[in-house]
Amino acid sequence: MALNFDLTEEQDMMRRMVRQFAEKEILPVCVELDQKEEFSVHLTRRMADLGLFGAIIPEEYGGTDVGYLSYIISVEEIARVDGSQAATLAAGVSLGISPIFYYGNEKQKQEWLPRLCKGEILASFGLTEPNAGSDAGASKTTAVLENGNWVINGSKIFITNSASEISGICTVQAVTGKRSDGKNELSCILVPNGTEGFEARPMHGKMCWRASNTGELYFTDCTVPEENLLGRRGEGFHQMLATLDGGRLSIGAMGLGGAQGSFEAALQYSRDREQFGRPIGSFQVNAFKMADMATQIEMARLLLYKACWLRDNKREFSREAAMAKLVCSEVFRMCANHAVQLHGGYGLMNEYRVEKFYRNQKLLEIGEGTSEVQRIVIARHIGVPGRAL
Amino acid sequence: MKVIVCVKQVPDTEAAVKIDPETKTLMREGVESITNPFDEFAIEEGLLTVEKYGGDVHVISMGPPQAQEVLRNAYAVGAENVYLISDRAFAGADTWATAYTLASAIKKIGDFDLIICGKQATDGDTGQVGPGIATQLNIPQLTYVDKVVEIDPDNKKIKVERLLEDGKEVVEASLPALITVVKDINEPRLPSLFGIKKAAKIEIPTWTAEDLPVEKEKLGLEGSPTEVVKVFTPEERGGGEILEGEIPEVVSTLVDKLMDMKFIQ
Repeated sequence: MALNFDLTEEQDMMRRMVRQFAEKEILPVCVELDQKEEFSVHLTRRMADLGLFGAIIPEEYGGTDVGYLSYIISVEEIARVDGSQAATLAAGVSLGISPIFYYGNEKQKQEWLPRLCKGEILASFGLTEPNAGSDAGASKTTAVLENGNWVINGSKIFITNSASEISGICTVQAVTGKRSDGKNELSCILVPNGTEGFEARPMHGKMCWRASNTGELYFTDCTVPEENLLGRRGEGFHQMLATLDGGRLSIGAMGLGGAQGSFEAALQYSRDREQFGRPIGSFQVNAFKMADMATQIEMARLLLYKACWLRDNKREFSREAAMAKLVCSEVFRMCANHAVQLHGGYGLMNEYRVEKFYRNQKLLEIGEGTSEVQRIVIARHIGVPGRAL
Repeated sequence: MKVIVCVKQVPDTEAAVKIDPETKTLMREGVESITNPFDEFAIEEGLLTVEKYGGDVHVISMGPPQAQEVLRNAYAVGAENVYLISDRAFAGADTWATAYTLASAIKKIGDFDLIICGKQATDGDTGQVGPGIATQLNIPQLTYVDKVVEIDPDNKKIKVERLLEDGKEVVEASLPALITVVKDINEPRLPSLFGIKKAAKIEIPTWTAEDLPVEKEKLGLEGSPTEVVKVFTPEERGGGEILEGEIPEVVSTLVDKLMDMKFIQ
């Protein structure tokens, strides 16, 4: 009797609440925000009011502590309506809040977590650089310890939540020296927005997640106290990998939610739209598309929830997280594609929601580890020979 | 202020419901249940009232054990006194027996200033239970309220705006009173995760017939003076016909048609 697919009462209630919020407060404004490429402080703060940013943080730090699966369900429900707001939440929790919670010392946690859970400020994770993407270990940004301070130089790119008017803190991965094996020693350092020598510029012209905030970061002799080091010196690479494992679950949730939203839009349209005197959903060619979408979504949800379950039960989940991210992103691609196809010409217009799904989908196969990198991670876990690079 | 809100669990308004031809009741299997949408406004109005005038909100629901769910939702938004009124003896109650049972539960809570109900439930659609409770308790009833203008707790008065078919009226009543509210009265809040977490854990007190000051023969199907004789889906009405032209001509055509249909001779 161990296998059980029921969600708890709490999770059911939370899903209904987040769905209502997304439909009532995000849906009416998301197309306009997307078109204007505008980040919404208001919606971000509303998500925080509802307790979503603190979902995996204990109450003593201002969180709601409802567990990873519950958090993932909240991201899924928001992504079902709008990828941009889901991205703000997912990056805020998995990349912003998580590393401070998991690796920060008591003082750092007390200082940052309550404000982050309340949505007063957003945290970001400064990893990717212009020349260090999939090869994240090849960071060029450096941090040198001088007179009890870290002096940081370098730049980061595509950093979600890093350059909004409420971005307050960035966890920056930097090279802090050489290891005994000759490789770079990487460490993570907390750098508050507004620190002298730290410039965060919003990036524009995005195809996806246009209403989320993406920044380009420049560090020029940016100086922060030595105590801003997150965890121990030299642990940066490990912290980054573990953070991305969690991040993969939330990207998975965005894929699952987007797939669900695409499917529902397609199903509705297939009932309403008539051609040749009958609803287009009654044509087998379209009915099969719908059946495929529903089946694949079910598959993706099972895998993602299982990965979350492993995490909530303190088991190894890195392999399943990579699998879930891969599957959910690809299922979203298929569903968004079918949904636009079913909408025909209208599907190409931005007044129909499927156009946005179609664009947002692409990011998921690229962000937080491309689909190719997920396959590398999975290959390493299943014992293929060599390092599978 | 002690405010009591009555809520009902109903089938999801977006689901297609079927009627059991035998028992003539709604078939609830496999249909998602929700809080009656009008009752969401009642809960919100209860919360707003105590936020403004102080006091506490008590929420009651009569229904099967699964109606706990609507009480958890009420708790999650901040109504922290909830009671389920549930007993096999209540099953099959019509609006009179339901109002009688709920009024008994309200007496048990006692010492109230204001009772708030939704204007009607989306399943039965009678709109009778709220007024029925007021009658049982012998207190003033103000129905179809779209705005509470003011409450004067010291002088025990309430002034509200009521929605009429062709306008609005402002009326005043003494407290305790019962109001039924319409959908535009407020914007119901969403529960936060903090509220949901607490609500999912609480034990909901359940009152059975034994716990209430009731006469057994007035409960449930047996205690219901009305009986559902027949339930059916009405046939769809065909489109009407509009006669146009000079009045004498139209009248003569109309008379001919009515005679043809044997409505007049």
